[in-house]
Amino acid sequence: MKVLIIDDEPLARLIVTEYLQDFPSLEIVQECSDGFEGLKAIQQHHPDLVFLDVQMPKINGFEMLELVEHPPAVIFTTAFDEYAIKAFEAHAVDYLLKPFNKERFAKAIQKWMDTTQHSAAANTEALLNDAAQSPLQKDRIVVKTGSKIKIIPMNDILYLEAADDYVKIHIAEGAFLKNKTMAYFESLLDPGSFVRSHRSYILNVQQVTRIDAYEKDNHLAILKNGARIPVSRNGYTRLKKLLDI
Amino acid sequence: MARSPLSVVKFLKVFVTWWLAWSALHAILLWWLGLYWQIALTDSGVYNGLSAFACLLLCYVMQFYLPQKERYWYIFFISLLLSSLIVFTGKYLLQNIYEGNNAYLLSLKYSLPIRWGIAFLLIVCMSMICVLWYSFQYQQETEQRKNDAEALSKEAELFALRRQLQPHFLFNSLNSISALVGTRPQEARNMIQQLSDFLRGTIKKDENKTVTLAEELQHLQLYLGIEQVRFGHRLDTQLTSSDESLSMKIPALLLQPIVENAIKFGLYDTIGQVTIRIQTLTNENQLIVVISNPFDPDTAQPQKGEGFGLSSVKRRLYLLYARHDLVETKAADKLFTTTVKIPQLIYESADN
Repeated sequence: MKVLIIDDEPLARLIVTEYLQDFPSLEIVQECSDGFEGLKAIQQHHPDLVFLDVQMPKINGFEMLELVEHPPAVIFTTAFDEYAIKAFEAHAVDYLLKPFNKERFAKAIQKWMDTTQHSAAANTEALLNDAAQSPLQKDRIVVKTGSKIKIIPMNDILYLEAADDYVKIHIAEGAFLKNKTMAYFESLLDPGSFVRSHRSYILNVQQVTRIDAYEKDNHLAILKNGARIPVSRNGYTRLKKLLDI
Repeated sequence: MARSPLSVVKFLKVFVTWWLAWSALHAILLWWLGLYWQIALTDSGVYNGLSAFACLLLCYVMQFYLPQKERYWYIFFISLLLSSLIVFTGKYLLQNIYEGNNAYLLSLKYSLPIRWGIAFLLIVCMSMICVLWYSFQYQQETEQRKNDAEALSKEAELFALRRQLQPHFLFNSLNSISALVGTRPQEARNMIQQLSDFLRGTIKKDENKTVTLAEELQHLQLYLGIEQVRFGHRLDTQLTSSDESLSMKIPALLLQPIVENAIKFGLYDTIGQVTIRIQTLTNENQLIVVISNPFDPDTAQPQKGEGFGLSSVKRRLYLLYARHDLVETKAADKLFTTTVKIPQLIYESADN
């Protein structure tokens, strides 16, 4: 069984390594000190279990997991994050609050061994949806383009467009795909600046310069960069309410 | 600056009403003494107009300069001067208007001492009112600032406690100690010592007190030492201090939030080794502390980057020195720099 450790503090990795010595069937394939390294290692080794810290440089543990196509089973190790802990309790295989002792660690491993691979992965996905509510990552979205990772501050988003199983995030420099639903973004984004203008569109009201009538019951929102976004009848009501007109 | 009584509508109303009443009384008196209505009214208008103008001027000037207690005799002197000016200007004006009316001019001449006395009393009264008004205003303002400062220092104390006992910092440090215990017990013991000294220093320090920079840096070193163990070779700190800066005074626990900000910002916003530079120097009786950390201009969000810590430092310095320009931040060349100036002279007088 392959195990990966991702934590930015060397001593925090050391203690996991030390505790793992009691489990000879588990082999540590790599230790990573940030999310980028971790992402690469997951794709390369396809580990069975990942020990993952939440607060890390550049992208946090959740953001890293979001970029993995088939997330592995994860045991989170964290010092303190009350929002994340709520999500852990609901979905994670287990989580370890630092500092943790050997017995607690062994219990987490046991719990993971008792869970089937399939449900562990499903749990991880459900967890990510919940963890998005954490203030840790409410102000930005992390996307992958090719081998590069892009961090998009929420305020930079012009509009979002539904595209099959993905959502297309439009910013000034182009569009990026994220494997999420429109409903997910609708609940994540600040309702004071983003509005669902249409079944397939969410737009940033700060970007709107003009709203034109278009066909029966429908409108078009014209953005500062010239993009024309469909506005449905319900969307128009919501938009008007937000703009106070 | 204190609010002028002239900007208060109620005060102005009373002022105008009083002058009108006084002028009417003046005119009636002159008429009763045998002057024509027209002459009595002009006389009253000229003299009372001048006096009112002098009072307003005095009131306005005092907004910018209020004599201290030991210089109240200034008021007496100024009133003397102003009333003399009023009397002679009035006389000159009326002489020109009623040239040839000898009976009136004669009575004007004989009444000059009375006019002078009345003008003097009026102006002294007005200055007294102004002194009382402005003193009260200043007192209120000082009181307000004192209250604010006290409230904030309490808040800061709590905040510092909460922040220094910041869960992330504390639990991660404990986790590092736990890791060290197995392999390097001596280092674990050292770290426990550092952590204890640091926490003790935080708890017992009085936020209102000033300490020497040397003391402040000693406390900071404990903090840096702990972070160093946690982040290992990733974190490098460089501290350079000029000798004369070390004995200068600084409000206790001022630097730590800034350094913490720099470490957080530096470590979580970049990958690879991070160097935090702290430089202390002096400039014309000012202590200057410069703290810099690397950041990534592509992903850093400046409004967030400035952080909660920095705004509390700014606020604290404002309450101590009533200046907004003591903290400066600059982001250039992938380097975020915070410069803090701590005035020394004003400091001592504020302290005593």
